[in-house]
Amino acid sequence: MTALDEIKIGGLGASRRRVEDNRFIRGKGNYVDDIVLPGMLHMEILRSPVAHARIVSIDTSKAWAIPGVRLVLTGEMMAKRNLAWMPTLSYDTQAVLATDKVRFQGQEVACVIADDPYIAKDACEAIVVEYETLPVVVNPEQALATDAPLIRDDKENQHDNVVFDWEVGDAAGTDRAFAQADLVSKIELHYPRSHPSPIECCGSIADFDRSTSKLTVYMTTQAPHIIRAAVSLVAELPEHMIRIVSPDIGGGFGNKVPVYPGYVMSILASILLERPVKWIEDKTGNLISTGFGRDVYLRGEMALRKDGRILGVRMHTLSDHGAFFADAQPSKFKIGLMHSAFAAYDIPAAHLLARGVYTNKAPGGVAYRCSFRVTEAMFFQERMVQAAADDLGMDQAEFRRVNFVRDDDFPHRTAFGFLTDSGQYGKCLDVGLEAIGYADFQERKKEAASRGRLLGIGISTMTEPLGAGNSREYDILGIKMFDSAELRVHMTGKALLRTGAKTQGQGHETTWAQIVAHELGLPAEDVVVEEGDTDTAPFGMGTYASRSTPVAGAAVAMVARKIRAKARKLAAHLLEVSEEDVEWELGRFYVRSAPNRGVTIQECAAAAYSNMPDGMEPGLENVAYYDPPNLTWPFACYIATVEVDPQTGVWDVLNFVAVDDCGVRINPMIVEGQIMGGLTEAYAMASMQFITYDAEGNCVGSNYMDYLLPTAWETPGFELHEVVTPCPHHPIGAKGIGECATVGGPAAFVNAVMDALKGFGVRNIDMPMLPDRVYEAITTGRDVSGHPPVRQDD
Amino acid sequence: MTSLFEEVPRAEDDAVPVRTVSVTVNGERRTVKVEPRLLLAHMIRHGLKLTGTHTGCDTSNCGACTVLLDGRPVKSCTMLAVQADGHEVTTVEGLAGQSELHPVQEGFKDEHGLQCGFCTPGMMLTAKALLDENPDPTEDEVRWALSGNLCRCTGYQNIVKSVLWAAKKQRAAAGETGAGE
Repeated sequence: MTALDEIKIGGLGASRRRVEDNRFIRGKGNYVDDIVLPGMLHMEILRSPVAHARIVSIDTSKAWAIPGVRLVLTGEMMAKRNLAWMPTLSYDTQAVLATDKVRFQGQEVACVIADDPYIAKDACEAIVVEYETLPVVVNPEQALATDAPLIRDDKENQHDNVVFDWEVGDAAGTDRAFAQADLVSKIELHYPRSHPSPIECCGSIADFDRSTSKLTVYMTTQAPHIIRAAVSLVAELPEHMIRIVSPDIGGGFGNKVPVYPGYVMSILASILLERPVKWIEDKTGNLISTGFGRDVYLRGEMALRKDGRILGVRMHTLSDHGAFFADAQPSKFKIGLMHSAFAAYDIPAAHLLARGVYTNKAPGGVAYRCSFRVTEAMFFQERMVQAAADDLGMDQAEFRRVNFVRDDDFPHRTAFGFLTDSGQYGKCLDVGLEAIGYADFQERKKEAASRGRLLGIGISTMTEPLGAGNSREYDILGIKMFDSAELRVHMTGKALLRTGAKTQGQGHETTWAQIVAHELGLPAEDVVVEEGDTDTAPFGMGTYASRSTPVAGAAVAMVARKIRAKARKLAAHLLEVSEEDVEWELGRFYVRSAPNRGVTIQECAAAAYSNMPDGMEPGLENVAYYDPPNLTWPFACYIATVEVDPQTGVWDVLNFVAVDDCGVRINPMIVEGQIMGGLTEAYAMASMQFITYDAEGNCVGSNYMDYLLPTAWETPGFELHEVVTPCPHHPIGAKGIGECATVGGPAAFVNAVMDALKGFGVRNIDMPMLPDRVYEAITTGRDVSGHPPVRQDD
Repeated sequence: MTSLFEEVPRAEDDAVPVRTVSVTVNGERRTVKVEPRLLLAHMIRHGLKLTGTHTGCDTSNCGACTVLLDGRPVKSCTMLAVQADGHEVTTVEGLAGQSELHPVQEGFKDEHGLQCGFCTPGMMLTAKALLDENPDPTEDEVRWALSGNLCRCTGYQNIVKSVLWAAKKQRAAAGETGAGE
């Protein structure tokens, strides 16, 4: 008997077509807004039109008078129930409904629950709110001014607009490095505010059943169990009386991690009205009030030796968190994993000073397709690296190669204290340079320049930490970051797998079954995957920060191994030999001395229910909680070539090559899908996608006419390559991948445009590199800052 | 359920203007009473209970709500239900035949043209309209045709491949039929 063909059963490495597609292509997905419950009411939120104002009065009488209106909630009413404020996932507080004043445009001021959403909207318009406007703060500079208005006057002991000051690294060692430098290179830039903006907005249906005291909430959350804990704390309901169900999610990208006021209001409304209450956010509400990403001012310097070696790095970050510090990130790290910067390079000393401020802008600072601020970290790193190479007069590829951590130098302790464990950085770079035709391009560039055309090539190489925890260092609200999987093998060898993660397009229903196929030899099609229901799924921390495969995926492998261990005992019993004489090959146990005598995993499953040995616990089910020993460290090399039109400032992507090393690929098709999607968001950041505010705090970018996302027409094509360095500690050697391209991609585009403009004396153009910014750089020969405009005349 | 569509439970029901709308949806004639301000997308989703049509942005930018009106793609979130009176509407639920998927549906699955699935119904209907008009589009023509539909997951490359896959399959099928004639 020959062993099973793993690819044929849909195991590791199979580009298995997705199981979930069967419902999505038929229009049979089940998103929150598709769910209809008997007697369901509809909620609409009234938002503040101004950025900073004291609330003088709220008159809801006209709203109550509209037929079909069931409830109008204001901050005052929430406060009576101690629900006007809620904790954020970063140890701050956030207003559910404003009581004293509004602190950003779009803040929740009141809500209406009515028989249908149109009536609820009408009623919101009938609410009269009188505001007394206050001076507005729209950037960190204003926030830190001595005469700045105090935004968070609700907090005791908060006397300025500083959220935190934080420091990491070796200040003295870095000072010594700079003292020894032949050359110090500097750069300063702004990573603009952006929004993850999944096409589906946020929403919830709260359904409180008085007879059982049970609250069920269907909602758009990437982390159902964290939400259950948060709801238990906020609403003071016992945790076992709360069921959070996250059905199909129309994209998350970090936007659907936090707890939002709309969720809380719908829950309270359902409790008060004893009817299901549905809240579906509109796009403007999503863009102006929910978790944004980035908005960090970064500056730093690099100590360099003449031969190209980096001696040390200093970084300063100044992050704008809006009105409430509503990042979702491990409590130990105030600016997330910003200090993962430069992990790919062998640098003796580094130091980071971070400061966060409040402004009158939407709260958040969520990890937008990003593992806790690594996007800003890697962007700064790769812009700094290019600036340093330019200052040294060194080839940008060679400069990277000289400073890379070498393949034989793992495990490697980074200057900021992370432990990287594997990689072939030089090889990835070689593959990328070969694919883009690096040497030829330099010739083409010279030739084009002679005819007045501007070509540029930009490289971005990075390793980033994906898959939090370990539990020693990583937590959300004090809950340690591990994950889980539960596997039930039925008597016919078919199986049900549940995990604590939650897919939002990543394809867990397909890939988790592939891991089970790999471990047990069950055909992937025989394994059904369920996620997102806290009443049935084992406790997990959800899906964000590229942690599904590194943590939950590992738990899937581990629970399958537990099942296999029990199946081995059953096999020994069936084969009438001792367990030590039983060997495993994919899908089958056999007698070592007589390989033809064997039993399949399915036969073992049947025996677990019908023919177990005396004294053995029946059944074939188990659960595994996995606490990873370390983060996973994928590596990426992205190279873009561009042409800039000096007459207009428009730049076009000529070619783009991506080399990703995410270890063992479970489903190569899905991995490539993740990379292409991520690269598109990187292109979006580099070319068009940002949110800014005018001097009055009006959000510019509150809808898709102002907040530009690339379409199929603008988006360039991407050429993908792979290098495989298995993760040494992950049970199947996999590393995270979902966010690599969004994290590493932007610098490749910006470096390429800056390379094209090398002769113009320009060091930096802030993203997005809009044509007018590029044109300004070309015509003035000066850097172009994305610093938000502030009108002085007001 | 939504009272906008099915009932007017209030004492002042005379005050709520109502219009009768007849549409042929996925081949079936449906007659409904609606408030004149009701959006077509909401009538389809909540009234007709065809939830495959999604609403993403309310400003006709994202295209998740795309349906076919007399065979042409329209964004149903910026059209009133009453404007569809007397017309034929095709939604994602009407794409597949009794037993088999439409080639566009097959293409999206085979070429991994979707991830979260939210934009997919609109994308597929836009693609169907393109292929009905132009059975052999170039990549650029596909990209241009899809440029009114946003996707945040895929980066479009596989969506374009999916549509080209479907075009090829449809042409092959048409070729077989032609050969038989």
